[in-house]
Amino acid sequence: MATHTEQEILAGLGEIIDEVAGVPADQVTADKSFVDDLDIDSLSMVEIAVAAQDKFGVEIPDDQLKDLKTVQDVITFIQK
Amino acid sequence: MNLAPTAPGARVLAFGEYQPGRVVTNEELARTVDTSDEWIQSRVGIRERRIAAEDESVADMAVAAAGKALAASGLAANDIDLVIVATCTQRDQVPNAAATVAARLGITAPGAFDVNAACAGFCYALSLANDAVRGGSARNVLVIGAEKLSDWLDWNDRTTCVIFADGAGAAVVSASATPDIGPVVWGSSGDRADKIYLRDHRYLYQEGQSVFRWTTTELYPVALKALERAGVRPEELTAFVPHQANLRIVEAIARKLGAPQAIIARDIVTAGNTSSASIPLALSRMVGRGELPSGSTVLTLGFGAGLTYAAQVLRIP
Repeated sequence: MATHTEQEILAGLGEIIDEVAGVPADQVTADKSFVDDLDIDSLSMVEIAVAAQDKFGVEIPDDQLKDLKTVQDVITFIQK
Repeated sequence: MNLAPTAPGARVLAFGEYQPGRVVTNEELARTVDTSDEWIQSRVGIRERRIAAEDESVADMAVAAAGKALAASGLAANDIDLVIVATCTQRDQVPNAAATVAARLGITAPGAFDVNAACAGFCYALSLANDAVRGGSARNVLVIGAEKLSDWLDWNDRTTCVIFADGAGAAVVSASATPDIGPVVWGSSGDRADKIYLRDHRYLYQEGQSVFRWTTTELYPVALKALERAGVRPEELTAFVPHQANLRIVEAIARKLGAPQAIIARDIVTAGNTSSASIPLALSRMVGRGELPSGSTVLTLGFGAGLTYAAQVLRIP
């Protein structure tokens, strides 16, 4: 599996979050909380996980989603 | 041994629907559980739903919807020789709903059975009706989806009580010279039975995120397969009428069909999620509003607990 740099993943997540939730990519920074800062609900989180799997080839199971609270959490999960 | 005479095809002659009189708005729910109109509309797309009276049963609603479909079909009660009720919410397992419904409609001694494929039930029942007519087991079939979800809800659970509702829809299916109901594509995934079930044998529960992922990623290929098997291209579709589970699920599946011209059923907005009733209810209401002209081609897709799913193409009478 190809490995991705933190910057690549952040940029990819920015595109995904823009597409799924309409949040401009430049607002998607590593420290942002999905719920509190980006106003992303639990169903949009699933859409982000599905799109991230397509993009990065890493499956994010539903039972892990609740632990991924910030953009950095997702970056770390994908890199791991 | 002789075989029954077969028919070249089957078609829907007419639809009918019934919704209970009581409208429950999001604002009304927000008075008793921690939710809001904004939360419900953004998460599930429902503005209001209908809830049956305490003494109103699945069979009562089935009779009301089926009576309208029968009247609109032009057939007499005794022309019907098979009654199928798709339901998963009867209070009692015994007796079945279908025989009672038939008797109350004045249909004498038809074949009568219930189908439980949860929210996919109507598509399963319609397929069985199609096969029964084509195979010669029945001439005219009454197919009904009827549900009283309100009996199986924890009205303090804001993740479920805002979604589910009550209602019924019905179709009369008869033999025809041309096939106007396409081949069914159906299946199940019983290894995921724990995603939608009755908690404590009493309250409907679903794992929202898992169900959302399943429905938005695995079901559009089922819908496309039903089109392919019927020989209908996505751009020929007049409408897509999936189970009204959640408006976001409906729209996510619709986006993947490649049928931008198709009307997308959004009956959930004012009907809620009525499980097996949602597809015939939506079809009947869309026909009633003149949105689906006679002869137009519609794709249905049912999916729900089991997990179960089924899709087929049909022509509007």
